[in-house]
Amino acid sequence: MAMTITEKILARHAGRTEVRPAENIWIDVDILMTHDVCGPGTIGVFKEHFGRNAKVWDRRKVVIIPDHYIFTADEKAHRNVDTLRDFVKEQDLPYYYDVGGEKYKGVCHIALPEEGHTRPGEVLFGTDSHTCTAGAFGEFATGIGNTDAGFILGTGKLWVKVPPTMRFVFEGKLPPYLMAKDLILWVIGDIGVDGAVYRAMEFAGEGVHSLNIEERMTLCNMVIEAGGKNGVIEPDEVTLQFVKSKTSKPFEVVKNDRDAKYHSERVYRCDKLEPVVAKPHSPDNRALVREVEGTPLTRAYIGSCTGGKITDFIAAGKILKGRRTKIDTFIVPATTEIDRKLDREKVGGQTLREIFVQAGAQLGKASCAACLGGPKDTFGRLNQAEVCISTTSRNFPGRMGSREAQVYLASPYTAAASAVEGKITDPRKFL
Amino acid sequence: MIKTIRGKCYVVGDDIDTDQIIPAQYLTYNPAIPEERKVFGRFAMIGLPEKSQGLPHGNIPFVKEGAKKSEYQIMIAGRNFGCGSSREHASICLREAGIQACVAEFYSRIFFRNSVNGGYLIPFETEERLVETVKTGDELEIDLEHHQLKDVSSGKIFRLKPLGEILPILEAGDIFKYAKTKGMA
Repeated sequence: MAMTITEKILARHAGRTEVRPAENIWIDVDILMTHDVCGPGTIGVFKEHFGRNAKVWDRRKVVIIPDHYIFTADEKAHRNVDTLRDFVKEQDLPYYYDVGGEKYKGVCHIALPEEGHTRPGEVLFGTDSHTCTAGAFGEFATGIGNTDAGFILGTGKLWVKVPPTMRFVFEGKLPPYLMAKDLILWVIGDIGVDGAVYRAMEFAGEGVHSLNIEERMTLCNMVIEAGGKNGVIEPDEVTLQFVKSKTSKPFEVVKNDRDAKYHSERVYRCDKLEPVVAKPHSPDNRALVREVEGTPLTRAYIGSCTGGKITDFIAAGKILKGRRTKIDTFIVPATTEIDRKLDREKVGGQTLREIFVQAGAQLGKASCAACLGGPKDTFGRLNQAEVCISTTSRNFPGRMGSREAQVYLASPYTAAASAVEGKITDPRKFL
Repeated sequence: MIKTIRGKCYVVGDDIDTDQIIPAQYLTYNPAIPEERKVFGRFAMIGLPEKSQGLPHGNIPFVKEGAKKSEYQIMIAGRNFGCGSSREHASICLREAGIQACVAEFYSRIFFRNSVNGGYLIPFETEERLVETVKTGDELEIDLEHHQLKDVSSGKIFRLKPLGEILPILEAGDIFKYAKTKGMA
């Protein structure tokens, strides 16, 4: 039987020649990732069920990346990182990116590929809903809770229900004012925040394959905002070049069978799309930027796994270069590697850091920061009734802090243009 | 497994995400530590905007100020309950607050898995939307054998979908006990 990428990867990891959507199967796990928010609970579950002295199933398949609550005075947050540290020591885990040292990375979903832990054809589970980001590398990647992660730590296996695949085809190349964020907000606006529940979302077409790897990550990152189980993009030269530059571990590329059956297919013409935002308080509350143009803002936020990668900052830099922001603008690189690149990447002869500082933006340290609110002293957190335009992924009530705050999700272009004007602004004005 | 669940219900709408169920600022408590796990009950549903707190009227806190638990045992929701973040703290806080079962049109995948695999609560699904029919505070009774929900206050009966493939895990207690029955863990 012909299968999709997702079905094929799951079949291989179940030791089967084929699987069909809606089947429940047990699969072998290639990588389990956890972080400071869900790691301590996961470790607790593992010890409770496998014993105080139990060893993880494979120490080279566990990746621990503290990233959520790092730069805070909250003592419990620090205690949680200590819990991770103790576990790493006890289990002698090689892939731990500790806080406060050279190895510290920042946001796990960006750190994983940077450190070579994402590879085509593999199965990656993580205790974070945005683990789906790694589908950009042609693998099966999805978020789970502490219990499932604790189970994997002990057994290296998990049961999954095979999802049917929804296919989204983007024809033609993206116009220069659009970013992957616009594409995914279009899709979520069309199918709704529950439009892909228990399904895989596959992205295809020239519009997708002409994107760089980071933009592809943005597409897959937000499938969870439509309820999707995983996002996936068939690997091509761009994928392989990136992955091979990060790891020497062998992997097997999995592609769709020609007659693979999809749950549904939607086709978009890239040149017919426009910059969009998701209005408060839902990622599917889509509007064209020009429909809400002029909406007064009090803050702009550019960061997170969704919108804090170097290409996101290059995009913002193109617009902020030589301009001043009219509202408080927060810039948070996802990882320390991206942070360092802010001093190397230039737009018009100036480094991104120089551009952002001259624009009056505040730069934070690599972490999840205010994307999910977090402790009260989190950098950029919306502690009151702010109206914020943000390159992050979610805008349900209270997501970035206060329940009174309003968050508009947008591309880095749109967020930067809006920061300059102090109100929602179409980036085409500056591009 | 128990045969009936009876108690007062709390009603919420569609797409209630886990940030509203348990906001991120409380995630520094470690649910693996028993004293800290109990704390989650106090903060369950604290992220709901006032108008969404207990339908149809709103402004009914799920947990009264100063209380450690909720007075409600059954959560009634619309579509896509538990969407967003994968935090298992969402299922845990509802359980700690006293919720034994949720009844929704359908759930977000990760919340559903967490609730079942961790054995925290039973996530029932309905064919019929109950959000506009049942009111916060109504006394309900779930009959697990006959897959039905009775509104004790009005006498009305609603059908629940059979638990199907998750039933063996719920009967075993959690994914670990279930895997043992399969000779896996």
